[in-house]
Amino acid sequence: MNIEENLKKRILVLDGAMGTMIQNHNLKEEDYRGERFINHSCALKGNNDLLSITQPEIIKNIHQDYLEAGADIIETNTFSSTSVAMSDYQMEDLAYELNYKSAKIAKEATQKYSIKTPDRPRYVAGSIGPTNKTASMSPDVNDPGFRTIDFDQLAVAYKEQIVGLIDGGADILLVETIFDTLNAKAALYAINEIKEEKEINIPIMVSGTITDASGRTLSGQTVEAFNISLSHISLLSIGFNCALGANQLLPYIKNLANQSSLFISAHPNAGLPNAFGEYDQSPEEMEILIQDYLEQNLVNIIGGCCGTTPDHIRLIANLAKKFSPRIPKIFSNA
Amino acid sequence: MPNTRKPLMLSGLEPLIITKNINFVNIGERTNVTGSRKFLRLIKNEQFDEAVEIARDQVLGGAQIIDVNMDEGMIDGVKAMTTFLNLIASEPDIARVPVMIDSSKWEIIEAGLKVLQGKGIVNSISLKEGEPVFINQAKTIKKYGAAVVVMAFDEKGQADSLKRRIEICSRSYNILVDKVGFQPQDIIFDPNIFPVATGIEEHRKNALDFFGATKWIKENLPYASVSGGVSNVSFSFRGNNTVREAMHASFLYHAIQHGMNMGIVNPTLLEVYDEVPKDLMNYVEDVLLDRRDDATERLLDFAENLVGIKKKGKKLDDSWRNEDVYLRISHSLVKGIDTFIELDTEEARKNFKKPIEVIEGPLMDGMNVVGNLFGEGKMFLPQVVKSARVMKKAVAYLQPFIEAEKSEGKQFAGKILMATVKGDVHDIGKNIVAIVLSCNNYEIIDLGVMVPPEKIIEIALKEKVDIIGLSGLITPSLDEMVFLVKELEKKKIKIPVLIGGATTSKLHTAIKIAPNYTGLAVHVNDASKAVPVASTLLGKNKSIFKNTILDEYQKLRDDFFKRKVEKRFISLDSARANKFKINWKTTKIVKPNKLGIEVLAIEDLSILKDHIDWTQFFRSWNIYGKYPDIFNQEVNGNEAKELFKDANLILEKVIKEKLFEAKGVFGIFPANSVNHDDIEVYKNDYSNQVLGKLITLRQQSKKPKGVPNIALSDFIAPKELNMKDYVGVFCVSAGFGCDELSKKYEVENDDYSSLMVKSIADRLVEAFAEYLHKMIRIKYWGYNKKEKLTNEDLIKERYIGIRPAPGYPACPDHLEKETIWKILDVENNIGVKLTESMAMWPAASVSGYYFANQEAKYFGLGKIDKDQVQSYSLRRKIKIEMAKKWLNPNINDI
Repeated sequence: MNIEENLKKRILVLDGAMGTMIQNHNLKEEDYRGERFINHSCALKGNNDLLSITQPEIIKNIHQDYLEAGADIIETNTFSSTSVAMSDYQMEDLAYELNYKSAKIAKEATQKYSIKTPDRPRYVAGSIGPTNKTASMSPDVNDPGFRTIDFDQLAVAYKEQIVGLIDGGADILLVETIFDTLNAKAALYAINEIKEEKEINIPIMVSGTITDASGRTLSGQTVEAFNISLSHISLLSIGFNCALGANQLLPYIKNLANQSSLFISAHPNAGLPNAFGEYDQSPEEMEILIQDYLEQNLVNIIGGCCGTTPDHIRLIANLAKKFSPRIPKIFSNA
Repeated sequence: MPNTRKPLMLSGLEPLIITKNINFVNIGERTNVTGSRKFLRLIKNEQFDEAVEIARDQVLGGAQIIDVNMDEGMIDGVKAMTTFLNLIASEPDIARVPVMIDSSKWEIIEAGLKVLQGKGIVNSISLKEGEPVFINQAKTIKKYGAAVVVMAFDEKGQADSLKRRIEICSRSYNILVDKVGFQPQDIIFDPNIFPVATGIEEHRKNALDFFGATKWIKENLPYASVSGGVSNVSFSFRGNNTVREAMHASFLYHAIQHGMNMGIVNPTLLEVYDEVPKDLMNYVEDVLLDRRDDATERLLDFAENLVGIKKKGKKLDDSWRNEDVYLRISHSLVKGIDTFIELDTEEARKNFKKPIEVIEGPLMDGMNVVGNLFGEGKMFLPQVVKSARVMKKAVAYLQPFIEAEKSEGKQFAGKILMATVKGDVHDIGKNIVAIVLSCNNYEIIDLGVMVPPEKIIEIALKEKVDIIGLSGLITPSLDEMVFLVKELEKKKIKIPVLIGGATTSKLHTAIKIAPNYTGLAVHVNDASKAVPVASTLLGKNKSIFKNTILDEYQKLRDDFFKRKVEKRFISLDSARANKFKINWKTTKIVKPNKLGIEVLAIEDLSILKDHIDWTQFFRSWNIYGKYPDIFNQEVNGNEAKELFKDANLILEKVIKEKLFEAKGVFGIFPANSVNHDDIEVYKNDYSNQVLGKLITLRQQSKKPKGVPNIALSDFIAPKELNMKDYVGVFCVSAGFGCDELSKKYEVENDDYSSLMVKSIADRLVEAFAEYLHKMIRIKYWGYNKKEKLTNEDLIKERYIGIRPAPGYPACPDHLEKETIWKILDVENNIGVKLTESMAMWPAASVSGYYFANQEAKYFGLGKIDKDQVQSYSLRRKIKIEMAKKWLNPNINDI
């Protein structure tokens, strides 16, 4: 079933955290390296995206756990799979392969479940992270005009990532955790080019991140400005994820839902991190907060970000069944 | 095609939504090298700082959009556009408005589009080079996301009549909407504002034609906007600003009435239509509206008299300049204004004895205000970065004065190594801290991100740094930091370490990092605190500071470990929702053989002897090991044997001489659980009179999936199911006579035997409770008549059903004894009393409940949270303070 059709019928559930689940495995440097990268020149521990190549079973199992918990959409393990982000690990050349491989793993998992629950097709969302560089801000206060990366470099890197995701079988592209809207615009630019070149149409979700108490993105945009800045391209949904727990994120989602005629997505963290950087909001606690979103009819796609687990998603999925989806004010193909 | 018919929406850091109700939007014109000689000069000389100030003036003066133009032969337009837009992107008070990228060169436009975070406007494209180019450019603009100004210009040239204007605008509109798929609200027409009063006959209708075209566009091209460069119209009156401003005011007045909704103007020089002198306005409008043949001459004559009256720009609010210097510095820092900071710093410097005091005083105070505003969400990151820059400028100004003072022997600067730890790539926070520190005269060695510990140590030693600053954003970085200080410790390095970054915390530093390092590890929670911490660490008070930190962290650790046993909690409601679930449809409820109260006395204590838990007995004497294997233990094996021998001597004596009296009372009653956590005990099968309500407590700590939050009430069928269930309560004692015997030995100074008597009484009453429980199972209640269990099995609680006791893990609430006493009339029946503190007398007594359900099991309540205490106090009908007092050891006090 066409995802847009599906979204009009019910609230779709996005999966939860990948990083949190990987952390639970307590993997060591050698686990990350696998056999293939045994002699790689720098440390690889922490390069979670690489696990799609070196520990595909772990990634596959995480996907399955989320599907089993009731996720309709699972995200590929590609948050940092651009040549830009991979340069930290001297693995720029691996970008295409990482995306292709990750999308394939996710696709296999969703196909299995789509057959199992034919009334509920499952989707793979190719996760496109913000990279670790920002095109709108200078890292050097003494030189505010300086940039470590520009639009063209980002667009090229994103293009490579996106082609890998599409070739690997992604059903949706999810530009997420946007802390700098210019980075996201470069990703959307790349998507547009690929759409034209390949003559394909693939739904796009975008999800920003409100980083601080001022209610703005890291690069300083308000919710409204963020929404307007990404209004030039045809999107499936717009939303927010990460940085905040469900209760802190709620007012921003409300604001966005008020303005947008698109489907709205939210995947908040399991609360705010505690003093040890751990997310300890329980599934039950988060469920209560998510209920607010659903009762107020704010979202079409709901899931979790940092600190959420299949247990969180299970409760959220059960809850989402009981509510009808938000009906965007005007349906627009524009 | 179902377009969303929305107004034109633009954005910088903030939105600009041009609804019908907004009749006019100012587009600042001064950041244009073709229109402003000053701006041109600044760009040519690469004086970008001052150029940025022009943009700021425009925005502060009221510009809602700023037009940026770099079209000049001597300038590298692509580079200048990119640099300038990147610079204003770092100025939140400018970047809040959308940008209009103004160029006739496509490569400059595209360069501008690549650096705009928000949705801006391209000014302009046209059909000048034909349709294919026009379409291509529009498509590209759409991909970047911007609105577009379309000039009334085509292959044949610029539209100079109403007809041509209409023809070109209409054609452009149709191409954009139908062929390119451009949102109509994102199209802005510029139907050419040409000068009037040029002396050329054809130019007389220039303004009127513009108005006419505007009206036509608004009526015929839905959702499109109309804009234009207003100052063009008065081009003939260059040098006479009075006339020009009057003309602009009039032009705008009429144009807006015709539907023009945006315009490129100098917002600081906008004259209000009604404030233009009537006579002047009359002459101006004669020209503009082409009302007389001699209108131009008449205006020129009139204008000559006006030359020389100069008008000042709109005044900005600068009242803060009259404030005290301290406040002025703070204002500059908070607002990120660097214009006056040197001036004010100089003034402050004169007020202080030493220049450094300006930094430590007003400047740091100002930065603290910034830090607090940021924390409260009233400032956002790009603004904070600007404040840091103003700070730097002030510090740079003071630098020479500080240097000059150094001869006096005072040294402020230190060398600080900064690094984001291995595995972490986040550096924005670290960079800010590095900047703030460097602004304060510290030498910064920034090792960047993902820095391995070996490198940090190597450089720290090589460079002889004074402080190591570690940063991290992701959780695993915390472990890296711990690892690093352990390495430092191994190498006997004592350099103080500052810990910062989003996931770090004072608590984590105190508990996980500081204890591993005898050099000092200090958590710095934000950039504004880095300087005071660093300066104290390197200053003369460092040992005091160090001790303060050590004390503070020790206290944090103490508190933490005190609380560590406490777990995380869920709400009482959630806990109830996660109760222990018995399937009441299928579970077996056995009707007791005998309902009501029964009193019994054990004549022959030897029947209890077999039920004694000797392991427990040895434990009370601090000998650990399982009976009877305990006798073979290498350690204490012999002591155990001795003790056992002595105990049996006394036990035999007690049994033989009937020195203790063992009495018990119990009752089994119909019962149901109510309101999740309570159990109503009914009089008998025929009467629902409530004899008493057992108030049970529910586990409230967060449980793993599938593990319930249990309360004893879960083992009794809920009232709403209308099922008859049962509960038992009991009290047994073997302590009558114990005190007398114990006293007797005491008098004989045989403390050992005195103690022995007491511990035997304790074991006997436990044995009694065990014995009675067995009798309940096989006889009085009879729910497991065929039970065949050894003493070992009993000790291991292998029986069906449980007999929890108030004051023990499953129900730590001692007040429950009062209810049991009431139900069983314990004191009258067997003489066991309750003291004020709910202790039983004689001490060797046990009271409790019987739960017969086969799924009933022992559990520990653990800690409960405040909501349950509240609920408990209401159910128990006691004040919350009393409830807290009784439940205190079980209340989560975090």
